[in-house]
Amino acid sequence: MSHPVSSPAPSRTVAGDGAGAPREQIRVRRSRRVTPLRRRRIITAYLFLSPALLVFGTFLLYPVFEGVRVSFYDYNPFGEEFVGLANYEGLLDDDRFWGALRHTALYAFVTTVVTLALALGLALLLNSRIAFRSFTRAVVFVPFVLSMAIVSITFSFLLDPDIGWLSYRLDQVGLPSIAYLRDADWAMVAVIVVGIWKSVGYYMVIILAGLQQIPRDLYEAAAVDGARRWQRFRYITLPLLSNTTMIVSVLALIAGLQVFDQIYVMTGGGPYFSTESLVGLIFTRGFGELRMGYASAIAVVFTVIIVGLSLMQIRFFSRRAIQY
Amino acid sequence: MSTLSPPAPLTAARVRGRRRAEAPARVDPLGWIVGACVAASAVMLFLVPLLWAFFTSLKEDRDITAFPPTLFPSSITFEHYSTTWSSMDFPRLLMNTVIFAGGVTILALVCDSLAAYALARIDFPGRNVIFVLILVTLMIPGQITLVPLFNLVNGLNLLNTYGGLILPRAADAFGIFLLRQFFLSIPRDLEDAARIDGASELRIFARIVVPLSKPALLTLGLFIFMANWNDLLWPLIMSTDGSLATLPSGLASFIGQHVTDYGPLMGGSVLAMLPMFVAFLFVQRSFIQSIASTGIK
Repeated sequence: MSHPVSSPAPSRTVAGDGAGAPREQIRVRRSRRVTPLRRRRIITAYLFLSPALLVFGTFLLYPVFEGVRVSFYDYNPFGEEFVGLANYEGLLDDDRFWGALRHTALYAFVTTVVTLALALGLALLLNSRIAFRSFTRAVVFVPFVLSMAIVSITFSFLLDPDIGWLSYRLDQVGLPSIAYLRDADWAMVAVIVVGIWKSVGYYMVIILAGLQQIPRDLYEAAAVDGARRWQRFRYITLPLLSNTTMIVSVLALIAGLQVFDQIYVMTGGGPYFSTESLVGLIFTRGFGELRMGYASAIAVVFTVIIVGLSLMQIRFFSRRAIQY
Repeated sequence: MSTLSPPAPLTAARVRGRRRAEAPARVDPLGWIVGACVAASAVMLFLVPLLWAFFTSLKEDRDITAFPPTLFPSSITFEHYSTTWSSMDFPRLLMNTVIFAGGVTILALVCDSLAAYALARIDFPGRNVIFVLILVTLMIPGQITLVPLFNLVNGLNLLNTYGGLILPRAADAFGIFLLRQFFLSIPRDLEDAARIDGASELRIFARIVVPLSKPALLTLGLFIFMANWNDLLWPLIMSTDGSLATLPSGLASFIGQHVTDYGPLMGGSVLAMLPMFVAFLFVQRSFIQSIASTGIK
């Protein structure tokens, strides 16, 4: 922005934009001279901010930098020793790390795709004129407000091979009669299903909001032009919903990568570490084995992945916002 | 409106206009049949597991272990609840959870709203930088801070204290962002009048802005309370001796130790889920609405 004092910007004055010039002068005077009144307002502002900034500085910023530093140390509550990149080199040979990375990626990918599809389907259904709409929305949403840990206790019991009601029903419809949570293949399926069960209602609500932002007249115009139901969905709903589906995908992906609760409760990462996730491994290495430097190295890798995804999302939205 | 951007932020105008958001639609017979089927499947998929937990907590032991397993109890007993209450340390878990979630909620609402007010209403050097920095912290996953936070809290001698559990969560970036957007949507006229009358910023904040922002503060408070009430990993790490275990972390460690003691465990689970369930029933509409409008995590 140009300062009217140094460069008078004659064109603007000639154009007779009388309101513009005085406003800029006021802004210049404000930023140059700090009057006592203004100084008091600045102090007030920082006093208002100070509790939050103190909390952020102490419990967020410092720990983030400390977390990165610690990842270069052999570190536990009793002492530390600089080891350079040894923790990161250790990751390369750690089968449990690669396993956890694989399981986490698998969990995040499958839950995101399935949740997105289900949430979209439910949202479309519950946006049309059917009975019990509000009731059904509420029912689908309920699991989201409950604790994942507590819900997982319930599901562990439901899937108990001897007395679990759900295992019994699954057996009746022809699924294998096994201890799902103790089977290396099925345990992950169970963990994924519970994850989807818990969060699909939340994403459905976000998609519903997106659907309701699409102007009605577009559909009316398309109907006049003879567009079929599928065509209206394909050429109006889907493209105009793409920002919402993008948000939902990234939110679900990031939430999926952070999976911990139901694995901790239902399988404990087992059997044979087949459901261990990255956060679970950070927890085990850092707080179970007190290898805190090593755990921090995992946490740094984890953070790079998540921040990378967030940046991709921001790039996506700064390049394209659907205009209509 | 020109862009289909991320869901529009919660604003004063939106809150006021909420009632008219959806007109009741007329439903034809086909819509009635489809709706009934969808509703029935939703109940089966999403409510029955929860109902089963409730029914199981009322079953007698022989009912719980019966084969084939049943959904409904054949007779009702409350003995599991008394076991839960007396032998599972339930009152302490409950008290810890209430103090933890309540404490975080109150502190975070105070810190967030004060900061949001400064960012929305006071013009000061560094405002944009601070606001952008706060937004940037939204991207950082909390897991990277766990190890250093544990050591910090330990170093401050706050491990296994409510302070250690609550203080690190006493402000959150999302709350500041949400409240700032809300404050910006409140008309300035009232405040300017108060300013001319010589009211201090603190007075304007407490007497004008906060009362006008009750819907936003309530929504945010509910979300903070819910997130902490339900949290597992944080209390698990910060309560090394178990004395400050909350309902999720306490009951979760129970399942490892007493696998067969399902009755009292289901009783405890039902009691742990009940407050959130009831709160949801009461504020269901505004709860769902505010998620739709903010994309709250």
